[in-house]
Amino acid sequence: MTGSSSGSGTSRALGYAPAPESRSVVDIAPSYGLFIDGEFTEPADGGTFKTVNPATEEVLCEVSEAGAGDVDRAVRAARRAYERTWSRLPGSERAKYLFRIARILQERAREFAVLETLDNGKPIKESRDVDVPLSAAWFFYYAGWADKLRHATGGLPAHPLGVVGQVIPWNFPLMMLAWKVAPALACGNTVVLKPAETTPLTALLFADVCRQAELPPGVVNIVTGAGETGRAVAGHPGVDKIAFTGSTEVGKAIARQVAGTGKPVTLELGGKAANIVFDDAAVDQAVEGVVSGIFFNQGHVCCAGSRLLVQESVHEEVLAALRRRLTTLRLGDPMDKNTDIGAINSAGQLARVRELADAGEAEGAQRWSPACELPGQGYWFPPTVFTGVSQAHRIAREEIFGPVLSVLTFRTAEEAVEKANNTPYGLSAGVWTEKGSRALWTAARLRAGVVWTNTYNRFDPASPFGGYKESGYGREGGRHGLDAYLAPDGPDRRGHLGSGTGPGPGAVLEDFR
Amino acid sequence: MTAPLTGLDPGVIDPGAVEDLISSDASLRRFLHGLPGVDQVGVEARSAALATRSVKTTAKARAIDLAVRMIDLTTLEGADTPGKVRSLCAKARRPDPADPTTPQVAAVCVYPDLVPVAVEALDGSPVQVASVATAFPAGRAALPVKLADTADAVAAGAHEVDMVIDRGAFLSGRYLHVYDEIRAVKDVCAGAHLKVILETGELATYDNVRRASWLAMLAGGDFIKTSTGKVSPAATLPVTLVMLEAVRDYREATGRQVGVKPAGGIRTTKDALRHLVQVGETAGEDWLDPRWFRLGASSLLNDLLMQRAKAASGRYSGPDYVSLD
Amino acid sequence: MSTERLAVRKTYKLYVGGGFPRSESGRSYPVTAVSGGFLANAARASRKDARDAVVAARKAFPGWSGATAYNRGQVLYRVAELLEGRRAQFADEVRAAEGLTRKDAAAVVDAAVDRLVWYAGWADKITQITGAANPVAGPYFNLSTSEPTGVVCALAPRESSLLGLISVVAPVVITGNTAVVAASETGPLPAVSLGEVLATSDVPGGVVNVLTGRTAEIAPALAAHMDVNGLDLAGAPGDLARELETAATHNLKRVLRPCAEDWAAEPGLTRLTHWLETKTVWHPVGT
Repeated sequence: MTGSSSGSGTSRALGYAPAPESRSVVDIAPSYGLFIDGEFTEPADGGTFKTVNPATEEVLCEVSEAGAGDVDRAVRAARRAYERTWSRLPGSERAKYLFRIARILQERAREFAVLETLDNGKPIKESRDVDVPLSAAWFFYYAGWADKLRHATGGLPAHPLGVVGQVIPWNFPLMMLAWKVAPALACGNTVVLKPAETTPLTALLFADVCRQAELPPGVVNIVTGAGETGRAVAGHPGVDKIAFTGSTEVGKAIARQVAGTGKPVTLELGGKAANIVFDDAAVDQAVEGVVSGIFFNQGHVCCAGSRLLVQESVHEEVLAALRRRLTTLRLGDPMDKNTDIGAINSAGQLARVRELADAGEAEGAQRWSPACELPGQGYWFPPTVFTGVSQAHRIAREEIFGPVLSVLTFRTAEEAVEKANNTPYGLSAGVWTEKGSRALWTAARLRAGVVWTNTYNRFDPASPFGGYKESGYGREGGRHGLDAYLAPDGPDRRGHLGSGTGPGPGAVLEDFR
Repeated sequence: MTAPLTGLDPGVIDPGAVEDLISSDASLRRFLHGLPGVDQVGVEARSAALATRSVKTTAKARAIDLAVRMIDLTTLEGADTPGKVRSLCAKARRPDPADPTTPQVAAVCVYPDLVPVAVEALDGSPVQVASVATAFPAGRAALPVKLADTADAVAAGAHEVDMVIDRGAFLSGRYLHVYDEIRAVKDVCAGAHLKVILETGELATYDNVRRASWLAMLAGGDFIKTSTGKVSPAATLPVTLVMLEAVRDYREATGRQVGVKPAGGIRTTKDALRHLVQVGETAGEDWLDPRWFRLGASSLLNDLLMQRAKAASGRYSGPDYVSLD
Repeated sequence: MSTERLAVRKTYKLYVGGGFPRSESGRSYPVTAVSGGFLANAARASRKDARDAVVAARKAFPGWSGATAYNRGQVLYRVAELLEGRRAQFADEVRAAEGLTRKDAAAVVDAAVDRLVWYAGWADKITQITGAANPVAGPYFNLSTSEPTGVVCALAPRESSLLGLISVVAPVVITGNTAVVAASETGPLPAVSLGEVLATSDVPGGVVNVLTGRTAEIAPALAAHMDVNGLDLAGAPGDLARELETAATHNLKRVLRPCAEDWAAEPGLTRLTHWLETKTVWHPVGT
């Protein structure tokens, strides 16, 4: 492991000099209000909090904390926009707004990438090459659906749900916004979105994108804040649907909060995915997939391949290759274009990762990290591999949400599947084998919503994503992603529409007429 | 690593194990097809990811000089003449007349009949003379002809021989034939370094590139080289990546280090630096040396020189300021 | 002199794991006709019976979900055939349970048979409706398919003792899930008889488990059970529904909330798709 800013580099002969991305492309205001009804407004109770750069602990700016009254204002604005404009627009017009947003995201890609890295701590190469392009792609994809929805429901008439409350996490702040906002708007809903407390800035910049796109006021409202704000969004009687991405614990709390109200909920929650490497795998690509599976985005990924299940016959070989590969990872300044591993997003998350890693050691697993100098400022944790892990260890059961890999072994395909499925989670899994029939056999038996065979951590707006079991319900992406934001016409089987508001007079989608 | 070689003491070649492998086409095939597969999409994605490495300022200056030192400056045209070769040798000795700090290239690479010219022109310089041989580029000649071709080049003073494998034999599974030919050429090379050209553009798959790499190394090749430059695609980043993995794994299994030479299609400084990044992050720094990594190229040198001049002066250079040889 | 023959009464027991146990609690409760007359004593399942039923359903899940869709369709169709053969018996039971005329009760049984046939046909088609080949922007084969959610517990509708029951159970099992169903508390007898039909059909033991008893007693145990994946609240009393939905959040069961249903109407796909999970598989494409 080499610090990318050290200049000692990968080798004596080559090495990489510091290659920092310039932060001059973004202007961060000293403070931000709440984006409600097309305007930035002050919070009613004047509460604020600070957002910091986790790589340096530098305070980036102050952000407003939305109270219940602010959330109510946002919901009312969303309701007005829903009834007066958005649900009355032809799908083809909604599509054009979304296409505009997609284009603006592309045009301002660098600005978004830099801001995301500053606020989140992820390497600039990831925000630049993954988060921002996929966010734009998400809007492009769902823009095209807006005037084709009747084909998505097999011709059955359907309508939007109304005002959608969306609460998103800090690991992919802009991308999670795109995953939520794009399909909701395409289907004719309006949105009250709460970004994560530690990463509000790209959502606030997105407000400016909405303005540049001339999106009607109130169609997208952004209320910043922490857990209390999220609860206010989820519990507001004027919110017709809740979409949440985050921890399983909070997801369950939201499900409890909503129980009995009839509001539909979609949840995309935690995971403890197994990455299964068979003895006939393409070893170099498998190791690469294992590395990106757990160390991409510092392991702050709900679908991270946090358990490596490796066949005993190749255990030593794969571990040796993995260790060798990890020594080339570059941890350091997230703004450096050559950084592979950035900062842990917050002090709180760092404490949790440390606690679980310490528990792994205490329970007898062997801990290994490449030689690695951590920066003095900021929140950092080295890439860490635990071997000798058993299914009973906490590090094999609990989601760490950090750069920590637990290695377990198996002897047969049946054993691999049994161990992979031995978790309350069921979000994703990986399979590495050169034998097609075994890949399909394994994929069919894994109780997980996404199975990557001979690849890992691939995302695409056309591809449904979401979990089994305690990883949540509902899918995001693809045609399936529309289901979360449409209700079939006729007697509503599951009481989809909360609070008797229902769709406004113009709410039958033009496309269905 | 792989089944037939496991159990070897690290760093020790067991001649018995290799003898077993080459006892028949079948056993050689079992070994080569037992090597771990290469997933095309995965290796290309890895290569593309490494290509985003940013090599700037001081690191770039160092890398440019290293790339110059790794060049096998090449002319392999039917129209080559002694005059053309002499001019190339002058460039090799002194790539940038305006800047004496510019390092010399590793070697000049020519056809066998022009080796004497190159040897004379490079006399007294550390620049090596490399010669293609074995009925380059197609390799479609009888073995005695190939051996005579090689012997001729070596007798004329070539320090390095770039041979081609019989791709037809390889693709039809006659691995032993390919192995025997390489061995025979190696014997004729005597002290000259043997680079084995796989012509990866004709091998069709990365699995084949890995197998051919191992075959060439088992047969005694000192270098494995991607291409003749006469077939497209020539050296691509993922092909070089697979070959770098092969030399890395081979050294781990046998203790012997083998060099890698991508050739053909590397024209810009950016291309060269991307190859060097792959070397550093795949095979490791032991290979970041002209003894173990070469770039077979001709126009690349001038682009490196222009970038070098820009680094020194801060101004972008132009083709009028480098010599066209 | 001749006397009228004394009828041989049937003992109504639970149907769990392919067998007919009494409640482990030894309890029963009297079931009366809508008209008020005594019909039978039905087993009054305990929380432990509910747990046993979940264990049986879980045990049956790998085999049933691993069977081919074609096979599941055939098996369910066979149930329809058997039911057709016992229409008279079911019509009597439905008539007693729901207070229908003889004609209306017969029509309900016919509808129940037809409902089974309708669902049987979906077995090998629903994944073609719900699945997708996804055109991702890269060299990957990407396919979304549907898989059963797992063990689904259903509270059968109170008012529709056979047609409602079949309308909630058939979509659960045709998609490869296994079921624990709490029968209509007031009209449980058709459900027990359905168990007898299932036992003589090709439905493997444990795929459908029928509990009779007090819904308010059984349902909380099912809703809170951590090895249950889905919960159909069709027959949940209004005041209980919220509590059950809350209990279901402990392991994030998929919940089908109660709402007014016309069990005679064509069902649509909601009950099928609600018990399916979408799995998306990626694979690189290369040589």
